[in-house]
Amino acid sequence: MFQYLLRRTVTLVITLLGIMVVTFFISLVIPVDPLASIAGPQAPQETVERLRELYGFDQPVYVQFGRYMNRLFHGDLGTSFQTGRPVLDDILHYFPATIELATVALVISILVGIPLGVLSAVYRNSSIDHFSRILSLIGVSMPVFWLGLVLLLIFYFKLGWFPEPGRLDIMLIEPPRVTGILLIDSLLARDLEVFWDALKHMALPAAVLGLYGLAGIARIVRSSMLDVLSAEYIKTARIKGLNEFLVLTRHALRNALIPAVTVIGLTYGGLLEGSVLTETIFAWPGLGRYLATAFLTLDLNAVVGGTMLVALTYCLVNLAVDLVYAFLNPKITLAEE
Amino acid sequence: MSTTRVIDKAEARRRRREARVQYLRDSFVLWRRNHLMVVGTAILVFLLLVAAFAPLIATHDPYAQTLADRLQPPSMQHFFGTDSLGRDIYSRVIYGSRVTLAIAFLVAVISTPLGMAIGVVSGYFGRATDEILMRLSDIFLAFPKLILAIAFAAALGPGVENAIVAIAVANWPSYARLARAETLAVRNNDYIQVIRSMGASNLRIMVGHITPMCLSSIIVRLSLDMGTIILTAAGLGFLGLGAQPPMPEWGLMVSDGRQFLVDQWWVSTLPGVAILIVVMGFNLVGDGIRDILDPHQRQS
Amino acid sequence: MTTVNTEPLLRVEDLKVRFYTLRGVVHALERVRFTLNRQETLGLAGETGCGKSVTARSVLRLIDPPGRIISGRILFEGRDLLTLDEATMRTIRGSQISMIMQEPKMSLNPVIRVGDQIAETLLIHERSLNRRTARARAVDMLAQLGIPDPARVARRYPHELSGGMAQRVMIAMMLVTRPKLLIADEPTSALDVTIQAQILELMKKLVREIETSVLMITHDLGVMAETCDRVAVMYAGEMVETGPVRSVLKNPQHPYTRGLLQTVPDKANPEHPLYSIRGNVPSLLQPPTGCRFAPRCEYAMQRCHEELPPYYHLEGDHQCACFLHAEKAEVARP
Repeated sequence: MFQYLLRRTVTLVITLLGIMVVTFFISLVIPVDPLASIAGPQAPQETVERLRELYGFDQPVYVQFGRYMNRLFHGDLGTSFQTGRPVLDDILHYFPATIELATVALVISILVGIPLGVLSAVYRNSSIDHFSRILSLIGVSMPVFWLGLVLLLIFYFKLGWFPEPGRLDIMLIEPPRVTGILLIDSLLARDLEVFWDALKHMALPAAVLGLYGLAGIARIVRSSMLDVLSAEYIKTARIKGLNEFLVLTRHALRNALIPAVTVIGLTYGGLLEGSVLTETIFAWPGLGRYLATAFLTLDLNAVVGGTMLVALTYCLVNLAVDLVYAFLNPKITLAEE
Repeated sequence: MSTTRVIDKAEARRRRREARVQYLRDSFVLWRRNHLMVVGTAILVFLLLVAAFAPLIATHDPYAQTLADRLQPPSMQHFFGTDSLGRDIYSRVIYGSRVTLAIAFLVAVISTPLGMAIGVVSGYFGRATDEILMRLSDIFLAFPKLILAIAFAAALGPGVENAIVAIAVANWPSYARLARAETLAVRNNDYIQVIRSMGASNLRIMVGHITPMCLSSIIVRLSLDMGTIILTAAGLGFLGLGAQPPMPEWGLMVSDGRQFLVDQWWVSTLPGVAILIVVMGFNLVGDGIRDILDPHQRQS
Repeated sequence: MTTVNTEPLLRVEDLKVRFYTLRGVVHALERVRFTLNRQETLGLAGETGCGKSVTARSVLRLIDPPGRIISGRILFEGRDLLTLDEATMRTIRGSQISMIMQEPKMSLNPVIRVGDQIAETLLIHERSLNRRTARARAVDMLAQLGIPDPARVARRYPHELSGGMAQRVMIAMMLVTRPKLLIADEPTSALDVTIQAQILELMKKLVREIETSVLMITHDLGVMAETCDRVAVMYAGEMVETGPVRSVLKNPQHPYTRGLLQTVPDKANPEHPLYSIRGNVPSLLQPPTGCRFAPRCEYAMQRCHEELPPYYHLEGDHQCACFLHAEKAEVARP
């Protein structure tokens, strides 16, 4: 177990280094001259030249890279051109909002997706199976940004059931920041009004992301259950005289969920991606929106920092998934990789 | 009292042909039985026809602006209404199908051969080559695909061509992994050893023999990915990183209509429906192809 | 003093099973009949695909769609199993009738420890039992099956066991409730030859101790000779011959059985060419009218192609479904 973790960590570090290199080169390729943005369009040439020296853009590539890596190791991700603050501060500030949204969405996907997948498999080709499959199909085929807009249109603009885009009502004050996750912080501060309001604001964006996640999970659970249900040991369970419910839960589901775990991990990654678009539409102050704006305004440092954090999270999620998978599946001993 | 007899060549040939016919027949039966796939195929055929006959089906020039008629609701004159510059949305959706198909096709054409080549080479030569190539693809795979595509699109600059390259770059690693896995499985087959001992060059083996064996799983994967590719392209368009105005790309159109969402819902909604339908079509066909090529299904 | 019950434990009458598949209707079983007496081992012999497993599953009423039991009666201790409701059937499965199958490692749940799987059978049928006692009895059972360090083995997962061990676990799992009938569907076919003999010995011993009757399904004539008291031969969904094992093996009455026995290589004369019955097994999608073996039978008469021969009663509890006996023997009553 320990050896496995060690090996995975080494791979993780190498991958991280690779990520840093890739993002660095991406930032090099970005055509817009960042100095023009700082200096302003009116700046005389010498100011630009001096800025160039200051920021080290006149140095050859490898020196720039060296400096970049050096700064990274000191935790300095540079300053964001749009916000003027250190990028590290920015992403730490915005990241919890995204985690909150993605996690709630994932919970929704799991709570709805797994039972749907199971029912689909057990009552194969029945109406619930058809309903679930069509729902899954639509869920994976729908552009996330479009669904967000449509839901906003219907449930906010026309029906008024849910509040405006944003995380919290403007009139309300945020509770003291402990984790950055409103739902938790408000409970810690015993501010139920904020809690409910945050929940209502989260409903639509979480629904959008949740539908997407649900679709994937229901599909894999269905296909996994179908595989498992045709296995020999299910027949054995029936031969023993076990009632159908226990056959499904104790024997089938326990095996069927194992491949589903991998998909759940991937889904979380997909939710992080989807958050870029969803947060833009719902004005959710998370890392996704920050990243989207950074890309559009070509805010170099923010781009690099934000992308790295997303990649890092994705890696960690995958690692966690692998560990959980190994834990659940006694056939896989971590030594034999 | 023996009842066996040697089968002669003609008999063998006849049996092989029978087997092939049976395979095709089974495939057809599976296709037909799978109603959803038929629907999916219909959608795709419809898409192709729309794209091919766009000039005939569209009612207006997709680029023609009539500012006097801006933001008109759907009517007999403008089936889907008009956008903020007075352009006919229906015609833009129709022409948008060409853009979508082009993007999907080009991404596939770039990323699939690239991924397959890298995967086969990696699996075939093994050791150092394999390590390097796989680490490389791991690094790419460490990023969620959309983020990577956005990053490259941002880096390369706005524009549909750059978007295509960006998406292709984000996609090739999955095909590389798949091709590599298949290559590893097949590399030590007796069949390959025989050909090698007959003096075939590595290139010949890789291209002529190993690659065809990877094809079916790559095709399945590609058809399942098509939907995602189109969604990514639309996403890039929506963010302003992909197709640029005035191109009638559906994602871009959805983004255009965002500010008018409350009162002029048609500007954003209708192009989105087009995306939904097309992606559904690809997903249905992808599922169907996987079902047909998957040996499990055939036995039932 | 135990009174010996002479009523047969299991009596199957004219069982007809069909499968409605994509390609058509498969006539899997056609008027299958046999009896199994108490504390007896009946062998169900025949080639792959002749319907042995379908018969076994029918007894347990575990035929899933697209298969259906069309008609017939399955009398277990006098009760027709085909008329029972599912809940009652479930009380019988696992406690009165059990089945072990060919691939032991695949028949065990990969994520649950084997000891718990054995205990599960007990817990299903003996409600009053608590977990600990059930587990202890599971360990006892494993010991009875000759497994060293049974407590340790009970904590293992199926993939950690060898084929022979896994099969012992299966046997433990299915015999722990001391069922009256054990169906063994090719229990040793997937095992090494040396292990085969061990397992068969073990089974014989336990079966004697627990006083279980066994329906032993096998395509291996050697296994049959070793373990069975009586034998029933099947061909293409039909029962062709039944009788005491010695009788059937030494004096086969049905042309198919004769052909089958002739295919066993003759060790005394190794240069003799290997015999095989000419022709092929008929497709069950379009079974031939009349006797299903007729197309391949050397003795086939016109009649054989037209009608299904009834079961003829021959001496010594030997029955045979073949017109060859039409003159001499009388039709056996069901």
